[in-house]
Amino acid sequence: MERPLTQHIAFPPLGLRQYEAVGGYQAARKAVKHMSPQEVLDIVKESNIKGRGGAGFSTGMKWSFVPMNVSGPKYLVANADEMEPGTFKDRWLLEGNPHQLIEGMIVAAYAIQATEAFVFLRWAYKTAAAEIRKAIQEAYDAGYLGQKILGTDYSLDLHLHTGVGRYMCGEETALLNSLEGKRATPRSKPPFPQVSGLFGRPTIVNNVETLSYIPHIVNKGAAWFQSLSHTADGGTKIYGVSGRVKKPGAWELPMGTTMRELIEEHAGGMLDGYRFRGALPGGASTDFLVEEHLDVKMDFAGVAAAGSRLGTGTMVVLDDRTCPVGFVHNLEHFFAQESCGFCTPCREGLPWTEKLLWAIEQGEGRAEDLALLASHATLLGPGNTFCALAPGAMEPLQSALKYFRDDFERHIKEKKCPYHTYT
Amino acid sequence: MLTTAEKELIEHEIRQVPAKKAACIEALKIVQEHRRWVSDESIQDVADILEMSPAEVDSVATFYNLIFRQPVGRHIILLCDSISCYVMGYRDLHRHITRLLGIQYGQTTPDGRFTLLPNPCLGTCDHAPALMVDHDLYRDLQPETLENILAKYT
Repeated sequence: MERPLTQHIAFPPLGLRQYEAVGGYQAARKAVKHMSPQEVLDIVKESNIKGRGGAGFSTGMKWSFVPMNVSGPKYLVANADEMEPGTFKDRWLLEGNPHQLIEGMIVAAYAIQATEAFVFLRWAYKTAAAEIRKAIQEAYDAGYLGQKILGTDYSLDLHLHTGVGRYMCGEETALLNSLEGKRATPRSKPPFPQVSGLFGRPTIVNNVETLSYIPHIVNKGAAWFQSLSHTADGGTKIYGVSGRVKKPGAWELPMGTTMRELIEEHAGGMLDGYRFRGALPGGASTDFLVEEHLDVKMDFAGVAAAGSRLGTGTMVVLDDRTCPVGFVHNLEHFFAQESCGFCTPCREGLPWTEKLLWAIEQGEGRAEDLALLASHATLLGPGNTFCALAPGAMEPLQSALKYFRDDFERHIKEKKCPYHTYT
Repeated sequence: MLTTAEKELIEHEIRQVPAKKAACIEALKIVQEHRRWVSDESIQDVADILEMSPAEVDSVATFYNLIFRQPVGRHIILLCDSISCYVMGYRDLHRHITRLLGIQYGQTTPDGRFTLLPNPCLGTCDHAPALMVDHDLYRDLQPETLENILAKYT
């Protein structure tokens, strides 16, 4: 089985010469020297690769919205602000193969004719910061970055920006505000960043895993990319499992690998004495899937048909000895804390949700609280808030109310948490 | 007042961006690296150099959880309180560390050695539970290993 994204991951990562020795920078060379930006765009479009950051939007389509006949600066940003709870896939790529990301950024930047590129890296990834800084310098020294790349007329500068916290920075327009030195609140769309993004200029923001894939697509083509997958969504995907399983971890596998294979085979099954109750398939802001969904193919369409989202593809497992109410309270605490406070439903609704859940968890819930929680899932749902944070926060809540309703009711009836003791 | 070194670093950041304001976060990071936290006086200094109002600088400073607007200890402990760590034993770890240090979240030990803060997901969920002390990441934690970890920081 091919593992294009992770086959050359090493700790410490390959230096520039070693990376070149395994075929690195061939795609950058090919694109910048021998292809037109349109040809690069066409091949990415044809591959139909969908964004690996969580939303799953077609990457080629996104790029195609960038106006090509404008003068002045254009920007490409790698979203390396990995902060979705339960997600640890980009860290692997950033620490293990920074040159692959840089090469992907060069090719992507060339396709949209960007003049400047940024890696927006979260504060906590200290090792990644050091490795990326080193790799950027090597790429400059070798002529892959800077003025007149590889003797062509194309020039590109690449900078590393390290953040100072806040989940909101992962939302692409909030990320751009943060790069501009402002509070990371989301922007109204339209205009979309592709037309008016960083400093009001055309900008593309792509996830690390997506950008790391670009060199392979340019080298091997769209048909090859499609052939890697079990399903219509092409390529391989980095999947992860955390929670009470025998071997938590991340693996690059064909897109469409089932949840069962991930948990039972790759993660080694549940720890002895623990039973599977459900999982968030793609990070904190995705709906629970339960036992009946174990054979769902984990691609964009498959997970959506099961009522959830592929999200980041890194799964958090809920076991039978962890309280589902406490679990969801933990998630809503996170979302309430990370709300930027810009729009009212999110700013007011999430703390209320969190408090209701805490009351239930502590044995102080009332029967009518369940309807109140359910109403939040609608009031904070899609269309009622300024960005996707609150609707994302409602996904685990609404599905927990559906699949683990007995647990909620038991807390209220018994006036205590059946799982944990609170002192 | 900003030191010459701080000013030079901030001026360098200003040259990298199209508008002075855009260097705001970088300027706050520079001040914090030199002073461990950002005082009201520093907010005013950053505002002066970036030609912003102090209120605007403060609105940025207070938005980000890793810009400290209160004095902090010599070492910052960031305990991951997100979901995978919650499942894997965060609650025990939290109980243990607050007992060990005698402080709650947001507080600093009386000797000025540690400040304890909660932090969202550190992105190392396959090795939960986890925490960071300054720039160092610790994973697969057990409550009983905490003491040895903290002993490394004086």
